[in-house]
Formats: sequence, structure tokens, C-alpha cells
Amino acid sequence: MSRQLKGRGEEADGGARGRARSGSPGTGDRSGRRPSRKQAPRAEGAAAGRRGAQPGQKERAGGSPRPGSPRRKQAERRRHGEELGEQGRSSTERTCEGRRKRDGRASLKEQRAPPKKEKEVPRKEEMWKRPKKHRSPSLASRPSGVESLSEEELAQILEQVEDKKKLIATMRNKPWPMARKLRELREAQEFVEKYEGALGKGKGKRLYACKMLIAKKWVKFKRDFHNFKTQCIPWEMKIKDIESHFGSSVASYFIFLRWMYGVNLVLFGLIFGLVIIPEVLMGVPYGSIPRKTVPRAEEEKAMDFSVLWDFEGYIKYSALFYGYYNNQRTIGWLRYRLPMAYFMVGVSVFGYSLMIVIRSMASNTQGSASEGESANFTFSFKMFTSWDYLIGNSETADNKYASITTSFKESIVDEQESNKEENIHLTRFLRVLANFLIICCLCGSGYLIYFVVKRSQEFSKMQNVSWYERNEVEIVMSLLGMFCPPLFETIAALENYHPRIGLKWQLGRIFALFLGNLYTFLLALMDDVHLKLSNEETIKNITHWTLFNYYNASGWNESVPRPPLHPADVPRGSCWETAVGIEFMRLTVSDMLVTYITILLGDFLRACFVRFMNYCWCWDLEAGFPSYAEFDISGNVLGLIFNQGMIWMGSFYAPGLVGINVLRLLTSMYFQCWAVMSSNVPHERVFKASRSNNFYMGLLLLVLFLSLLPVAYTIMSLPPSFDCGPFSGKNRMYDVIQETIENDFPAFLGKIFAFLANPGLIIPAILLMFLAIYYLNSVSKSLSRANAQLRKKIQALREVEKSHKSVKGRTTVQDSEDTAKDTSKNATQHQLTKE
Amino acid sequence: MGSSGSRLSKELLAEYQDLTFLTKQEILLAHRRFCELLPPEHRSVEESLQIRVSLEQILSLPELKANPFKERICRVFSTSPARDSLSFEDFLDLLSVFSDTATPDIKSHYAFRIFDFDDDGTLNREDLSHLVNCLTGQGEDTQLSASEMKQLIDNVSSWARPGSRREGQGLGLTLSLPQILEESDIDRDGTINLSEFQHVISRSPDFASSFKIVL
Repeated sequence: MSRQLKGRGEEADGGARGRARSGSPGTGDRSGRRPSRKQAPRAEGAAAGRRGAQPGQKERAGGSPRPGSPRRKQAERRRHGEELGEQGRSSTERTCEGRRKRDGRASLKEQRAPPKKEKEVPRKEEMWKRPKKHRSPSLASRPSGVESLSEEELAQILEQVEDKKKLIATMRNKPWPMARKLRELREAQEFVEKYEGALGKGKGKRLYACKMLIAKKWVKFKRDFHNFKTQCIPWEMKIKDIESHFGSSVASYFIFLRWMYGVNLVLFGLIFGLVIIPEVLMGVPYGSIPRKTVPRAEEEKAMDFSVLWDFEGYIKYSALFYGYYNNQRTIGWLRYRLPMAYFMVGVSVFGYSLMIVIRSMASNTQGSASEGESANFTFSFKMFTSWDYLIGNSETADNKYASITTSFKESIVDEQESNKEENIHLTRFLRVLANFLIICCLCGSGYLIYFVVKRSQEFSKMQNVSWYERNEVEIVMSLLGMFCPPLFETIAALENYHPRIGLKWQLGRIFALFLGNLYTFLLALMDDVHLKLSNEETIKNITHWTLFNYYNASGWNESVPRPPLHPADVPRGSCWETAVGIEFMRLTVSDMLVTYITILLGDFLRACFVRFMNYCWCWDLEAGFPSYAEFDISGNVLGLIFNQGMIWMGSFYAPGLVGINVLRLLTSMYFQCWAVMSSNVPHERVFKASRSNNFYMGLLLLVLFLSLLPVAYTIMSLPPSFDCGPFSGKNRMYDVIQETIENDFPAFLGKIFAFLANPGLIIPAILLMFLAIYYLNSVSKSLSRANAQLRKKIQALREVEKSHKSVKGRTTVQDSEDTAKDTSKNATQHQLTKE
Repeated sequence: MGSSGSRLSKELLAEYQDLTFLTKQEILLAHRRFCELLPPEHRSVEESLQIRVSLEQILSLPELKANPFKERICRVFSTSPARDSLSFEDFLDLLSVFSDTATPDIKSHYAFRIFDFDDDGTLNREDLSHLVNCLTGQGEDTQLSASEMKQLIDNVSSWARPGSRREGQGLGLTLSLPQILEESDIDRDGTINLSEFQHVISRSPDFASSFKIVL
């Protein structure tokens, strides 16, 4: 049955083609659309009617500027697409021939119903206009089989229109000169417009027209939006200047910085929009409760600049820090659940950052799917892809020439004698020594920080401490970050690595240094937090007794209720969360200042000195010793990444930190752009950026994860302070979620959540996830194995093909030229299958 | 900025946006920059679309000035019979291919044509040595010696020759040199054609990011 149906369908198809062919000879299309079951029985009548349509068709076609052009164009396009002038034509011809054969069958049936011809013409015209969309309902309602024929044609036209649209959409991918593209585009658009307008009738027509209009508007809107988006990207010109001066590697830092700025803007919007602004607008005003008031003891110095600079005084008791927030469940007339919002924003800051980092990593890797294969093409890569087309500065270009030459020479030498170890024992000894020294440095810096943080805790208990003693931690950390990397570089000179490998080691060591410093800092801070937590109980008692004594004190008129104790006088705990937030805030600010001062001293003053003292100096300063500074990409990127890590860690306890960071990134964009253009010189060894791009992203992800850990630890296992912050009075911070579920959601939801939180469910879920990871991993492994096997197969096949070809001799030269024109990547495969 | 009053028509702009990888602003900027190259009396829109700018003027653009392939780039994109001048549309084509959003396929297609110095559809020995000369600059000290050059090019072509001495690296999808060329003595060293070239380029991690010119 099905076969029969199919056969009939083919007939109908053939009929359609027959007509189509007679309308525009010599061309064809591939609308191999199988009619549905309903249609099939009517196919005969349909085939008959098709002839009838012919005159009308022709007339209509004659009226248009280019009769029959759509199909011819389509064929043409196909040919262009394949880019094989000769072959393409022959293939179309072949298909046409096939069709002619089938048409032979169909034409028999066409002849059976000649009398219908004339009267069907007008109907035909109408049907022509019916859109595809309405096909099935109209089919069902229609009595005769005549009309289903036009559906066929309609489908064809629609298909062509779709083809044209596709062509329009992909035109820009064609390597044609603009004039030709314009011509093709105009033709295609004309066609689309002509037939699009003709498609549809009555209600359907209007609907169709509407749809098309909306589609057009949508395309236009998308394009405008895209234009708008690109216009909104800031600093394009600055980055372009840097690109042309320093090549893409230095510019990649600035692009990274800009990206970071965007991410921080989003975080800033989240935190300010959902936490700080609601608190400022709707929360209890300053001075109404103890946590929002400067204590009496600090009051007189609270506005001093030196105090404010340390984020103490009024700044400490402001919405910038955790401690200011009240634990009232809802605030304002909106009944905004601030503690809940605070918690959720804290979580979503991490969620968003994770998502965006992973997304950009994924989009970076998409381009270069095959990492492992790059080793196969070292020479061709050096040849074909080593030039950086963005370079527009002759000095940079010279450097680039030099570096390319060196890399060529190097690779030749490598090729000649890849194993030229002179004194392997000495090298090994030196490398071990260097690593030992560096580990010593790392340990030393870690201990130094621990020591300093401990000492600062003692200082904080003392009354009058000097400026240095107050800021010792930040200063020491910044100094370590400033002087250790050059020290590492000096030590690394011992190792005698290839510069590229050396750079990797250097990056790894700086990363370890920063990470070690950060974590030592955190550990010391954690000690402090625990200390404060243990003191909390006593302070709680003191507070309680103070209030109790105050209200129950004798000698007060019982009839008049006593005015409440002024909030500034209430004794309160140390609020470890705010203390942590302040530490991060100070660290960020001092880090920023040290960076700027380093740039100013190390780059700008050095450049000035070299530039102007060169006239009266005994050696050539510009070429000789100090010379100009190069832009330290890796150091800067790492600094940026760690700064971001601090922001992530601190933003939960200091919501204002992100705002500070946005300012910092903004200023550093301008400042560093200026510094790099004014006082740096292009790199001696210009290396490419994109390769390390994902490396930096990976580091960022790692730092994000590492900064997530301490925050998650404090949220999950430390009790919040009893008298400050949005979670005060709770046992744990995450209790706020449970509270919301219990009070604000219907009971069954609470049950569901309780059920979901059951370990009996979570453990299987985690197991399932592991299994899924395992499964996906094995699938990807097997796929890559299959990939490798296919590659081997192709190779083997090509060997066979070659021997084959050599027999055939010159005749196959033509063949290889054909493949040369083939744009598809599987060109060789095509060739094979052809053979 | 020259002829600030002259703007491209909306329809033309829309078409250009359809046909290139450029945004509206980029097209307008390109037009402005192009007009700056024209003599002042020819700066109306109609004329700027018709007139061609000679190679020397295009090469004086700061974006192209330091590029060793600047002449090749212009020649490849030129549609004039003598291949020595660019119309505005050619200029747009150039910028589109070198723009950030262009697909790697089209970039590598044009890269091939740029490297194909003799326009014969394949990269042969002469093309490759020409390419190396371009990459190493004009200075005496940076130029490679003849033997180095030969070795380099042998290397570049030898990954393409399975069974040659670089077997360790020659695995993977080695590019087939048409062996027929060697055997029939047409070209002993073999050549690289477009599909092979695109195959190599598609493996390169940083081609698409460096094959860029921004106005």
C-alpha cells in the first residue's frame, strides 16, 4: 500500500515538474515533496489540471521582467555554491534528465483530461496565491482534486522563496566581489517580494502578508539592535589604537579588562538594584537602631578623613557594609523581603559570574576544536598565520618581522638537532635549585603575611596606632605582589627554559604567590573571626544586662514610660562580617593605589627619565640599560584576576565593594591606556593573544571557585553576628530561605522543599550527576577515537587514491583543480566518493 | 570630515549590511574614510560609489601601511581589469573579510588568494618563498638565507608529503600534495591548493583573531 502511494506521489510530483519544466525549460528544482495520504488519490486530477494552468502561468511569467528566472537562478546558485562550474552544470543537467524520464510517465496522465484546461485557469491563478500554512485545512474542505495541484506549485514556489531567503541570509559568506553580490541580492529580493506578495488570498493573504511584514521588521530590528549593541561597546577606538601599536597581545589585556568591566557592571546592577537601593529607600533610617548608628565612643572621630579612609566611622555604619542591614523580614510598603533578597543576590553574584565565565570559555573554544592537532602543522602555522594584520605601526611591524624570523630560524634549528643537551646535569641542578628558591620565596611570603595579619589584630586592640601600623597588611601584601614577580623572573633565568615554557612557569609561580598570599590572608582573617565569635556570647550578656538595668533602674517615675536608650549607647558586638568586608575593601583600594603608583613610577617616570636624560648621559639610555618598559601582560592580567577574586569574596560582606571595583576598572582603563600609549614600547617578542585567552579564562574560573569556597564556608558553618546584618538572630545565614518557605509559600511547597533537601534524595542526585559525567566523558572519548580512526581511514584512502592517480597520469590534474575550487572542508572526501 | 553632508542611501546601506559582516557605523566610517582618499571635487555620494582609488592611495592608509601583504590584499580585492584600483564596494569587501565577525571560511579563502602571489590557484614554491620574504621583512638582518629558506619551505611542504622524513609530525590529516605533480615532473616540490590550505588554517587556533583589520 505504502509503495503504491509513494508511486502515485511520484507521479504527481513528476507532473508538477513537467509543468514547471514547460514553463521554464532546461531548469528544474528539487521539490521532492511527498504528498500526504489524502493528496495521493487526487494526484491524477492534479496532474491534469496542471497543464491547464500553463497558459496563465506563461502569461504571468511573461509579464514579469525576467521570465522563468527564478528557477534558472536557483540552478545558477547551486552551481556557484559548489563552485565547480563544469560539474555543477552537469549535475543539474543530470537531474533534469532524470526528471524528463519521469515526466514521460506523468504526461500520459496529463493527456487524459484536456477539456478541463480552459476553465481552470482562473481558479489556478487564485490557488497560486494560497499560502502553505493553510494547506491542510483547505485541503480537507475542498471538494475537487483540482486545487491540490496548485498546492504542489505553491509548495514549490514557497520552497524557492525559502531558498532565496536562505541565499539572502548567507550571501555575505560568499567570496564574490560586491558588484556580483549586489546583483544576486537584488534579484533574489525581487523574486521573494514578487512571489511573497502573490502568496496567500483573502484572510490568509492578509495573515501571510502580516507575517512577512513582521518577519521583515524583525530582521530590521535585529540589525538595528546589533548596530546599537556594537555602538554601545565602549573604548573601541582606544583598543584599536593599542592594537595597531602593540599588536593583538597587549590589546587582549584591554579587551579582557573591558569584559571584566561589563561583568562588574552587571554585578553592580544586581547588588545596587536589589539590595542597596531598597535598603536606602525603604529601610529604617540611619540612627534609629544600634546597628545603624555610630557608637558613642567613635562618634567624635567618625567624620575624620583618616578614619573614613580606613572605612571606619560613618562609612562602616552605612549601607556599603553587611552590618548596616536590619533583620526585619519585610521592609517598606512594598513588603520587600530584604534579608531574603540579600541572600539571593549573594548567591546569584556567584551564579552569574560562573555562568558568564564558562560561557565565554565555551565560545572561545568553539573556534579551535582540535587542540591536539596543532603540533602537526607548526611550520604551516608559522607561515600562514603568524602575521598580525592589526599591526599598523612600523616599529611594531619591525619587531614582528624580527620575531617571525627568529621563530623560523629556531624551528629550523630545532628540526636539525632537536636534542642538543650540553650539560644535562648542570641544567637539572640549576632547575631544582631555582624551584627550591622559589618555594622558599613563596613560603616566606606566606609566613610574612600571616605574621603581619596576626600583628594587625593586636594593633587593632591598641588605642593609638600609627598609619603604617594600621595599613601594614595591605602594604606588605602589595609590596610582595610588586617585588616577587621580578625576583621569580631573575631566578627563572637560572633554569634556561625556552621562553614560551618559561612564561608558563612564571605565570604559574605568580599565580601560586597570589593565591598563597590570599589564602594566608583568609586564614588569618578566619582566626580573627573565630575569636570574635567566641567573644560574642559575653557581649550578648552585657547588652542584655545593660538594657535590663536601664529599663528597671530605680528612681524613675513609673507612670511615665522611660524613653528608649539612645542607639549609640547600646553596647554591641564586633560584627565579624563587617570586619571582613572592611578588610577586603581596604585591600582592594590599596591594591588599586599600588598598581597606579607602580605604573606612574615604573613606567611613566622611567620613560620620562630615559627620554629626557638621554641627551646628557654617558651611554644610550634608550637602547641600553633602563630603556623603556614593556607592557607586562601576564602580570597585569593576573592582577586583574586576583582583584576580581577579592571582589567576589568580599561582595557578600561588603555590598559596596562592587561599586568601588567598577570605579577602579573604569579609571584603570583610561589610566592604563594612557600609560601604555605614552610610556611603553612594543614587545621584543611579539606573541599572540588568542591562545592564552582561554588560559586566562581558566585562571579566572579557578579563582572564582577558590573565592567561592571561603564565602560558602562562612555562610554554611558560621553563625551570623547576633546584633548586625540581615541574618542576625538566626542560627545560620541560609535559614532565611527556610523561613521564607515556611511563612510565605503554601504548606505543600514547604513539604516539597523539605523532601528535596533530604539527604536521601541529594546523595542519589549527586551520584546521578557523577554517572552522567562519566557517561558523557566516555562518549566524548569514544567519539574522539572514532574521529581518529576516520582520519586514518581517509589517509589510507588517499594513499590508494594517489597510486591510482599516478597510473592515470596527467588526466587527473583536472580533478585536483576541481578540488581546489571546492570550498567545503571535506573536499577530499568528496573526491574519494567520486572516485 | 570631508563630505559630512553626503550620506549613503538607506536602501544601499541595508543592502551593504546584508552583504557584509559590517555594521551600519562601520560602513559609514568606511565610506567617510574612502571619501577622504578622493579628491575634494569627487566627494559626492554618487561619484564616491563610482570612482576608483588608486593602489598607492589605499596603501597610504595607516591600517595597511605596516602590512607586508598590503599590495596583495589590494590586488585580490580589486575588481578593475588592471587590478590596480579599488572602488568603494571593493573596499567594503576588504573590510568585511577582515572584520571581526567574518567566518573563518571566508577569511581563509581570501588569505589563500593573498598568499597566492602568482594567481595560479595553488601555492607553489615561489609563492611560499615570496611569503617568507614578506614575513621576514625587508631588512638585511632579518632575511633568511637561501639555504634556510629552502629548508623551511621543504618543511612546509614536507608535512604535506606522507612518508617523508617528518613522519612523527606528519600523522594527522596530512595534506596530500598531488603526487602526480612529482611523478610527471611538472613540479617537483608540490603545491598546496585551497582546500588543503583551508584545512590547515581551520586547525589554527589564532588565525581568525589575527586576520583582522579594523578601520
